[in-house]
Amino acid sequence: MKVRLRDISQFDKEAAETAIQKDHGLHPDDRFLKPGRIPHIWCPGCGLGVVLTTFIEAVRRNQIPIDKCVVVSGIGCTGRVAGYLDMDTYHTTHGRAIPFATGLALANPEMSVTVFSGDGDLFAIGGNHLIHAARRNVNLKVICVNNFNFGMTGGQVAPTTPLEARTSTTPTGNAEPGFNLPYLAHAAGAIYVARWTTFHPRQLVHSISQALNKKGFTFVEAIAPCPTGYGRPNKLGSGLEEMRFYRDMSEIRNGADPKLAEIKLRQRFIVGTFLDSERPDFLENYDKNVVSRVKSKQKVKEKGKAA
Amino acid sequence: MKFWRLPLDAEAHSIPQGMVHIIESRCKGCGFCIEFCPNGCLKQSKRFNVKGYHPPELIFQAEDCVECGLCSLICPEFAIFTELKEAKKITENDIEKVTTRYSRKDKRYTKR
Repeated sequence: MKVRLRDISQFDKEAAETAIQKDHGLHPDDRFLKPGRIPHIWCPGCGLGVVLTTFIEAVRRNQIPIDKCVVVSGIGCTGRVAGYLDMDTYHTTHGRAIPFATGLALANPEMSVTVFSGDGDLFAIGGNHLIHAARRNVNLKVICVNNFNFGMTGGQVAPTTPLEARTSTTPTGNAEPGFNLPYLAHAAGAIYVARWTTFHPRQLVHSISQALNKKGFTFVEAIAPCPTGYGRPNKLGSGLEEMRFYRDMSEIRNGADPKLAEIKLRQRFIVGTFLDSERPDFLENYDKNVVSRVKSKQKVKEKGKAA
Repeated sequence: MKFWRLPLDAEAHSIPQGMVHIIESRCKGCGFCIEFCPNGCLKQSKRFNVKGYHPPELIFQAEDCVECGLCSLICPEFAIFTELKEAKKITENDIEKVTTRYSRKDKRYTKR
């Protein structure tokens, strides 16, 4: 018996492009998305798409021009945001989203730089960068999507996994308590700290648009369901059931002490805007303490030379 | 329950009527829009889309949609959005409808 091989046809570039363009532009948010990238790869029931939609809505509400808007993301499921948004986006190395973004924000202060990354990227490998960017108060807007595990690599334990939670590397329960992210950002010196879940999309839009208007280091944590990596081993169910869990368990308390915002497994937790303050940012301090003094010294030298 | 007159400021207000657009080929069937629509306009359809999920469909021809836009905000797939069709004037019928809804005579609300 002879196997019949498939006829190999040449690659038709036009047909491929029309197939990409066919599905683009059906939704009003598509003007912010790269053509041909949607549908995205995130699982059904994942909350990352909700956070992306709220970010687009916040950009539209603030009327930031697309060429003034930069999104930097690290590695992980959330890191793919950079590939989907049709603006100046950078998909950087693991944990180094904030150093890249710091360079961007200092080189061109007119840009509105947003760091869109996950908890494993920002707090595990990039933890040091985050606390030092917050200490310097660089003009960055950090959106951290927290799904309590390393989702893309197979649901391993992350620094945000609560105590006793089960993941693929802690099948009998996690022995370490998780990070309290708003408390950490507040202690490191962020000027705006908020936490919402994906069940609160309107509040999330309001928070992100407030953060985009501020000058300095802002931190917004968005708790997202992860049905594959975190929901299944902890018996939280599908993405929809996890959303219902967040609806029942979240307690809105604006202006609360972020110390109380610790997340424990299957217990109530606090959401809200914890902190909204003002502080001179890095460029302002740098101009005041370095640039202006060096300039005045140079003037004195030039005067001396002229004399 | 019937009101004996319209509210005095009924002419100053209007009820927005929305049209829901569903891009069925993008839907992954997570059910967020069906669960969290405040007016309960959507339900799961019995047919399949290209990927093999059940996309949402409207219950009463978008009569109850007030164009709040929560479905488009909460959809992770960019598969649903609303559009303002018209701003309707308030009539006695509407007030009756609203009062029955909040008195929990509406079947959709007693079920939950």
